[in-house]
Amino acid sequence: MNNGRTDSVVGDRPPPLLGRPFFWIVALVIGAFAIAPLVGANVELRERLLLAAVYITLASNLNLMLGYAGYINFGSIVFFGLGGYICVYLIGAREWPLAAAAPAAGLAVSLMALIFGLGILRLRGAFFALATIGINEGVQAFAANFEPWGGSAGLYLPMQVFAPLGGPMRALWVIYFFLIAVMGFSLYLSYAVKTSKFGLGLIAIGQNEDAAAVLGVPTALYKALAYSLSAFLPALAGGLYFFKSAFIQPTDAFDLGLSTEVMVIVMLGGRGTVTGAAIGAYLYEELRGSLLTSQTFANFQLVVSGLLLLLIVLFAPGGLMGWLYSRWPRTREALE
Amino acid sequence: MTAVLEIDGVNKNFGGLRAVNQLSFVVHEREILGLIGPNGAGKSTVFNLINGVFTPDGGRVKFCGIDVTGQAPFRVARHGIARTHQIVQPLAELTVLENCTVGACFGRENLPLVRARAAAREVAVFVGLEDRLATPAAQLTIAAKKRLELARALAARPLLLLLDEVLAGLNPTEIERMVEVIRGIRGRGIAILIIEHLMQAIMGLSDRVVVLNSGQKLAEGTPAEIAANPAVVEAYLGDPALATALHGGA
Repeated sequence: MNNGRTDSVVGDRPPPLLGRPFFWIVALVIGAFAIAPLVGANVELRERLLLAAVYITLASNLNLMLGYAGYINFGSIVFFGLGGYICVYLIGAREWPLAAAAPAAGLAVSLMALIFGLGILRLRGAFFALATIGINEGVQAFAANFEPWGGSAGLYLPMQVFAPLGGPMRALWVIYFFLIAVMGFSLYLSYAVKTSKFGLGLIAIGQNEDAAAVLGVPTALYKALAYSLSAFLPALAGGLYFFKSAFIQPTDAFDLGLSTEVMVIVMLGGRGTVTGAAIGAYLYEELRGSLLTSQTFANFQLVVSGLLLLLIVLFAPGGLMGWLYSRWPRTREALE
Repeated sequence: MTAVLEIDGVNKNFGGLRAVNQLSFVVHEREILGLIGPNGAGKSTVFNLINGVFTPDGGRVKFCGIDVTGQAPFRVARHGIARTHQIVQPLAELTVLENCTVGACFGRENLPLVRARAAAREVAVFVGLEDRLATPAAQLTIAAKKRLELARALAARPLLLLLDEVLAGLNPTEIERMVEVIRGIRGRGIAILIIEHLMQAIMGLSDRVVVLNSGQKLAEGTPAEIAANPAVVEAYLGDPALATALHGGA
């Protein structure tokens, strides 16, 4: 199993960012996402890619904890849902503009994750995983009982909130481009972390936390920072996503099923790899789309994702990227 | 001689068992101090008390004049104490170079990544792993893993190195090479506190020896003094081979 490794550390001095193939691959992907639906104003393609962008954002950020630090965050969806709630609330009840509400939601959730993280990251293994589920369930129960957030009925936004973006139809395009940008930031963030000293510390924690501490890695701080960092962009994406829906309710926002699907994505692509999270997310979105629209398999995607996770863990723990690296070791130099 | 490490009246209890009892000793600059004693004497516990894995129940640990008693392991590492583990703890999926880079990045000098890589390469070559730089640690032989432990600790550029049985499990040739490496480390001006069961090796390497028995200091002195100390020989009785080895090493 070589999937958690960082080959970037091997060279003495890494080439500048613009000289690395990975930078251009990501730039191309972002470009393709941005341009493809514009051709013939293909709304159906846009919606599919939007969902893929959300999956890529969630998977990339989950990867910071799961792939690098080796901590299984089963409740990562809480960042997405909480970001959505805060953003929708600020826009609907406080009349903030989207451009302020979404980043504010990201920052608020990131800060909360830092505080929670310093507490629950004392736990390891299964106990940490359980605590993350507990946080998601706890926040969902809070939202369902919190009157300013509409309780279990949720929050609605009136159509006029889209007016500053040029009306509902244009707003959908604007939000789509914002989400593509968030996806791009997620991929570059994963890459920046992986090739940094902070990332090396996280990967050391993922390999052997006690040994890392003895070597001088400030494990508690690094884990909490990674947890908090992995909350920011998903919360921002949640804000944009639920703003687009103009509606949010607890069961949609804090759906553990989606949390599990994101974990399947990271494992499918290859934990600890930046490219893997993206490819896994895209493939999974396509698969899910075909399962959802199929008559025979309606709502069957969770069964498939469970089965998929089982197969990956048993037979290909390195995921697609792990398989690719072992088949063609040279791909490791170009992809991250 | 200036003291690098001062252990002063340190205690540690595990439940009802007193693992370390009123232990005091000093490691000086550029000194190799051997820590010996029968199994269960509390030697590894002493290491864990020094580098913060355990917090002492009493007493103080001072490093270069700074009180480090009960500080977290990562802080102790930053002060300049590095250690190896009795049971090797490689970062298995990382390469030899990456393992050493972690040591250099987060050690005493807190180096940035690029300079850490250069430092890592240098120590990996110093311990003789130059042709294994890109090998994942999991794929190394036990002897190479032991050398990796040493290289990773050295990469931190420590002032004091704690070596926990780095010779155990090695064959005679490998032991010889390792002893040379340890002498080379002292040559770099690093103080060493070493736990070892191989009497000949430790008696040959150490400037002074501290003998632990049931968590207490039984004796302290030069290897010759220790080998001639009746209390020490008695503590090792029941293991005549070891008693002979002590005399043999003198």
